[in-house]
Amino acid sequence: MTFEIPNFLPAVPEMFVLGMACLILVIDAFLPDSRRDITYGLVQATLVAAAGLTLWMMGPETVLTFSDSFIKDPMADILKVAVYVTSFLVFLYARPYLMERGIHKGEFYILGLFAVLGMMIMISGHNLLTLYLGLELLSLSSYALVAFWRDNTRATEAAMKYFVLGALASGLLLYGMSMIYGMTGSLDIAVIAAELVAADETLNIPLVFGLVFLVVAIAFKLGAVPFHMWVPDVYDGAPTAVTLFIATAPKIAAFAFLMRLLVEGMGPMHADWQGMFVILAVLSLAVGNVIAIAQTSIKRMLAYSTIAHVGFVFMGILAGTDSGYASAMFYVIVYAITAAGGFGMIVFLSRKGFEADQIDDFKGLAKRNPWFAFIMLLLMFSMAGVPPTVGFYAKLAVIQAAVGADLVWLAVVAVIFSIIGAFYYLRVVKMMFFDDPQEDAKEPIQPSGAFATALSINGLAVLLLGIFPGLLLSVTHYAIMG
Amino acid sequence: MFADWPILSLLIWLPILGGFLVLAAGRDAPHVARRLGLAVAVATFVASLPLWFAFERGTAEMQFQELASWIPAFNVNYHLGVDGISMPLILLTTLITVIVIIAAWESVKDRIAYYMSAMLVMEGLMIGMFAAMDAVLFYVFFEAMLIPMFLVIGIWGGPRRVYATIKFFLYTFLGSVFMLVALIWMYIQSGSFLIQDFHALQIGMTAQILIFLAFFMAFAVKIPMFPVHTWLPDAHVEAPTGGSVILAAIMLKIGGYGFLRFSLPITPDASAVLDTLMIVLSLIAIVYIGLVALIQSDMKKLIAYSSIAHMGFVTLGFFLAFYIYSNTGDWEGASLGIAGGMVQMISHGFISAAMFLAVGVLYDRLHSRQISDYGGVVNTMPWFAAFFVLFAMANTGLPGTSGFVGEFMVILAAFKADFWIAFLAATTLILAAGYTLWLVKRVIFGAVANDNVAGLSDMNRREFFLMGVLAFFTLLLGVWPAPLLDVMNATIDHLVAHIAQSKL
Repeated sequence: MTFEIPNFLPAVPEMFVLGMACLILVIDAFLPDSRRDITYGLVQATLVAAAGLTLWMMGPETVLTFSDSFIKDPMADILKVAVYVTSFLVFLYARPYLMERGIHKGEFYILGLFAVLGMMIMISGHNLLTLYLGLELLSLSSYALVAFWRDNTRATEAAMKYFVLGALASGLLLYGMSMIYGMTGSLDIAVIAAELVAADETLNIPLVFGLVFLVVAIAFKLGAVPFHMWVPDVYDGAPTAVTLFIATAPKIAAFAFLMRLLVEGMGPMHADWQGMFVILAVLSLAVGNVIAIAQTSIKRMLAYSTIAHVGFVFMGILAGTDSGYASAMFYVIVYAITAAGGFGMIVFLSRKGFEADQIDDFKGLAKRNPWFAFIMLLLMFSMAGVPPTVGFYAKLAVIQAAVGADLVWLAVVAVIFSIIGAFYYLRVVKMMFFDDPQEDAKEPIQPSGAFATALSINGLAVLLLGIFPGLLLSVTHYAIMG
Repeated sequence: MFADWPILSLLIWLPILGGFLVLAAGRDAPHVARRLGLAVAVATFVASLPLWFAFERGTAEMQFQELASWIPAFNVNYHLGVDGISMPLILLTTLITVIVIIAAWESVKDRIAYYMSAMLVMEGLMIGMFAAMDAVLFYVFFEAMLIPMFLVIGIWGGPRRVYATIKFFLYTFLGSVFMLVALIWMYIQSGSFLIQDFHALQIGMTAQILIFLAFFMAFAVKIPMFPVHTWLPDAHVEAPTGGSVILAAIMLKIGGYGFLRFSLPITPDASAVLDTLMIVLSLIAIVYIGLVALIQSDMKKLIAYSSIAHMGFVTLGFFLAFYIYSNTGDWEGASLGIAGGMVQMISHGFISAAMFLAVGVLYDRLHSRQISDYGGVVNTMPWFAAFFVLFAMANTGLPGTSGFVGEFMVILAAFKADFWIAFLAATTLILAAGYTLWLVKRVIFGAVANDNVAGLSDMNRREFFLMGVLAFFTLLLGVWPAPLLDVMNATIDHLVAHIAQSKL
């Protein structure tokens, strides 16, 4: 047996993030509570440097390493950059929230950084086990993050739910993986795909059986109906800073996970999983949009809105074309940016002892701070898919993919539910602009410094990407098609 | 000399950027907001004049074209251009916006900078929609203008404004998303989002009918046609005066424009099959909505219903084409009907704007729109009464006013199609006379009804100016419509020649 030294180069960003995470963990242990900003600064610097590394190493070629269990291709590079950017925003938004509540601990950022590492591995995994390890690193960090405000009973309850259901999904995933492994004899994504092409009809039933478990696990992790039960409870129960995190960047990683597993690995069985995704997409669109109307908590509303958005992402994926995958990728990135802004706005409104997690808390915002009411208006219209915000192009892209795959009826269903969805986004705009502020919250809000700047840029990005959508669309097309 | 200038881009972006400038500069200084807003609106109007003078008559080609790559991944371009149908509508938009800005001078008191800015942004978006040659660009402008209108009705509207504005938004959004699916379907077929490529597309009958219905959803809601008109009275009643004027004078025209730009040329065969449906719906709008208008007690609602009835004429004129052809075998009458519909749209832009402004003038003084609160206004406001009577006459289609030209052309075309269609269409002259003159009688004439009316003061110079401008155009178009017809003729002939070809 020979041992070759693997090519470490493609994984340099991962190794860098891992090294930094461990280093910051040690540094943080020696910092007094008053100097937590050093941890924060180091984590943000790590993300910036990792983004620099990834961008510097970006190239059109596909490189496999570590016995083909790790892949670096344009899609991986671009999705990783998207993860860094959203995580950077999330940490920035989270900081004032944590400080006001006296829970500005190093653990938040360090767990977040480990979660980022997990996401990077999910994005670059080219082997069932690598993918699984990446997912677990992300999941375990997320469970801990949800539970990290330990004096808060609701957060603890949410963490329990998240953990139990997440563990169940992981179990399903492993079970499905083991069946695929049993049928194809390999954990390597490329080998599995080749085996599936060569496989004869008799293997079909056990393979579909394994596939079902994979799809269920993915639907669980992304929160697609009917595996969505945990989403509203966890979003609502977790501290807003943590909701902010689990609602954004992990969706990008989950998209990559789906691409690696189902498109690159199980791609030859597209005809089998397409039908499953049609059902998941329609149910997610319907349940997400309809139930969101009945919510009074903005966090729950955004949770159901996420579920509906997942339905749109699935529409792009199930088309089974490169342009469909690119559309889904565009959608997911746009969603992450918009959701980061949306939850950022909740942080903006909240203060110590007041979570601002009710939709009514947005009442009269236009009188209290017209600029941020405008930002929230942009974010809401983007989620509703109204031009000229970028959300419209995301919907345009996935609908185009569905129509291109001869699924016009699915496109019609999707637009009908997006009209229903428009109502609850409009209601938030209505509260902000047409209603008067509530009695106990009339004073103007003046957010400070970096937070206000970042939130403004985030909101304006939704508009500017909508006026010039060509660039990001070209990037996602390049990522998928080279 | 103007043909190569990016006039259309200027017309789109000047008001949009100007609108944001007004917001930035005038937030805490209302007088700055007013003057800057007016300056931007006037500048846009002046910049739009070259379109009229440098426009080449006698060709159906798109003029003043601009082309830049926008979303290469989907082959979407920033492609602008105007023809004889869209150019007059753009001029109407720039003129009406100036009027709306002036009309808001004193009557809007709350957050004036936001109001001015919303109006200007809306102007840019509407011009962009009329000028777009690319379907995605068209759709972006088409939808984006809902946002400022949503805010205008919701912030400055009447007591039930929230209900009205959400209804307005969802109704129009509902209509347009199906159009989006149809546009994407045609993109998949043709590989391009250029509207003219859609015109050239060969489409089977089933697909044509579905596409026609998708467009119908979008444009019938917008124009609006019976039975999807119910959002309009609500929106009009609750909207502030300026919002009503923009809605009636320009936004309704978008539906008519859409029928001419999309429905007829892309799905001529489906239009031919479904023209009976369209004609029947138009006639219902003319007759039934006319009757509904008769019994209104709210002035704005009455004018709103009158708008729907007048728009019935527009759709009637457009969809008579196939009926005339199958009856007479020639396409002459078809051009007449379409041209009549177009003239009716422009004319209604002036008249409805004037009518809503007139109601606004009264509302500013007494804060009531109820007909029963007025009576004998002529005694205290003689100038106002003169204008009001003029526009009421124009609304009923009196010869010499612009209202007559369009209706006459459409009725003439209807005669070529079928006597009974013409007969029913002509009842509008009676019904419109009924509801409008009765309105005049109850509001303007008679003895002074109460102390409030007795205390009214006549129009000030600002209001006089607005009414005067609109009266000028109403009369000009009424006695001399030839320049407008000149501009449109080539485009309409080309359109008729195009829809005469089956696409099956």
